[in-house]
Amino acid sequence: MDWQALGLSLHLAAWTVALLLPVSVFGARALAFATFRGKALVGALVTLPLVLPPTVLGFYLLVGMGANSPFGQVWTALFGQGLVFSFSGLVAASVLVNLPFAIQPAQRAFEAVPPALREAAACSGLSPLQALWRVDLPLAWPGIMTAMVLTFAHTLGEFGVVLMVGGSIPGETKTIAIAIYDRVQAFDDRSAGIMSLVLLAISISTIMATLALSQRMRRGPVQGAPR
Amino acid sequence: MTLNVRLQATGPIALDLSFQVEPGEVLALVGPSGSGKSTVLRSIAGLWTPTQAHVGVAGEVWHDSETHLSLPTHQRKVGMVFQSYALFPHLDALGNVTLAMGDQPRAQREKAARALLARVGLSGFEARRPADLSGGQQQRVAIARALARDPMVLLLDEPFSAVDRPMREGLYETLQSLRSVLAMPTVLVTHDMDEAQRLADRMVVIEAGRALSSGTAAEVLCDPRALRTLGLREAGSMITAIVEAEEEDDLSRLRTVGGPLYVPKVSAAPGTRLRLRIPAHDVMIALERPVGLSALNVLPVVVRAVVPGDGPGVMLRLGLGEEEILARVTQRSARHLGVQPGLACFAVLKSMAVARDQLRT
Repeated sequence: MDWQALGLSLHLAAWTVALLLPVSVFGARALAFATFRGKALVGALVTLPLVLPPTVLGFYLLVGMGANSPFGQVWTALFGQGLVFSFSGLVAASVLVNLPFAIQPAQRAFEAVPPALREAAACSGLSPLQALWRVDLPLAWPGIMTAMVLTFAHTLGEFGVVLMVGGSIPGETKTIAIAIYDRVQAFDDRSAGIMSLVLLAISISTIMATLALSQRMRRGPVQGAPR
Repeated sequence: MTLNVRLQATGPIALDLSFQVEPGEVLALVGPSGSGKSTVLRSIAGLWTPTQAHVGVAGEVWHDSETHLSLPTHQRKVGMVFQSYALFPHLDALGNVTLAMGDQPRAQREKAARALLARVGLSGFEARRPADLSGGQQQRVAIARALARDPMVLLLDEPFSAVDRPMREGLYETLQSLRSVLAMPTVLVTHDMDEAQRLADRMVVIEAGRALSSGTAAEVLCDPRALRTLGLREAGSMITAIVEAEEEDDLSRLRTVGGPLYVPKVSAAPGTRLRLRIPAHDVMIALERPVGLSALNVLPVVVRAVVPGDGPGVMLRLGLGEEEILARVTQRSARHLGVQPGLACFAVLKSMAVARDQLRT
């Protein structure tokens, strides 16, 4: 059992969730309600990581963030360290890969809030930000929670992109999914088995949590009141 | 605190109208669905942007196309009641009302909200969520919420059309009772002529985004242009009557300026003033007081005007003292009887034309 790899994975997942939470709330709300030029394109781009092979995505990220790319050069100049084959690069890749998981469930939840409620909020004198906080979020939070749970679980299991962008540097980019592959390559089935079991347990609890949340969402946010 | 509205829009929802509403006045926008009447309300609230518009209240400008000024909805002090209630489902009745009260201290807001809920007849329902309230109760919460921010304009968008008929009666009464304390201009959108006649001081008939006719209920209902939109069935007049006595045969005798009227027994004490609605198509005219006729109610009237309508009919405006009765007859009969302004004749009202549920104090 590679505890370091598990710790790294959890660390990566936590960062990804933390960075994607505001993106999930504001991005999903914008995609649900706002009308702007190129909305369809943005929607498509956000969904793209779902269908694109992780290696392809990883390849483009590698090229885009590499030391020879303009972005990579700016990053290196700013932080004195390259993005690829580093934890920061891994976080960046993970954020991009998880966009569909972070946005889509939240977007569905925002879309389920009747437009009349937002109009009523505005007519009640609530500014858009107040309406988000007092009306939209209380109604859409199960969707946002679902998005975050999915993002977390998906980050723990991500393999292709991590391998392409991060390589397998222990303590820096060697996540648990990579560690399992690594152990299998070394014919260490026992370690691979234990780690797989840990991931399996995490995945099952995630799915159960998501199911419970989506059930709650279908029932609506009204709780407790006897009928 | 007069509300001034001037709207113009092209495109999918065409608009071209303007009106004013005085403080404390209720203006009804009446028209068929799709006529743009809800869009007018949404333009006032800033939920929809017309091509050219000026919306101002009490010297405050909310929208002015010429200076490119358009306040966002939350900065316009409106109270809006939606057809679909649009209550916040995650908050109880009290929470729905307090949320619209801005930044006052919590205790103060709750106190004011409780008072408002009591005013709309919902004392004891403060902790109920919308899902646990009936349609009528939800709309009462919505009215309380609309009043919560002490709005400069009250906007009612078909507020009763989703509520059951029996519940509506109570809501009308609540709204009537609130009128004495409502100092702001109120705009009511409805397709129900009866509702408009009961609740509004004035009405504007809208078709395809244009004001066809405006004025008091009586004025609008005499206007054939308005009737084209509203439908002839809606044409009718309102006259005042005073309950005199209850007769033995389950009829009530009412006194009008033109003489007695008999209607099915009303549950109102003698001396009560009533408004009677008389559908124009239930009025016949006769040159002499008819004899040998089953109709009980015959009033002497003077023809004020003959208004030709579309098709074979004409509308007669008949003077009854200060008041007016509308009669819908065919052009042929009018010609045959030699009807012209100034002619004294008799209006025969079918007894049942004075419908019981129209009797209002």
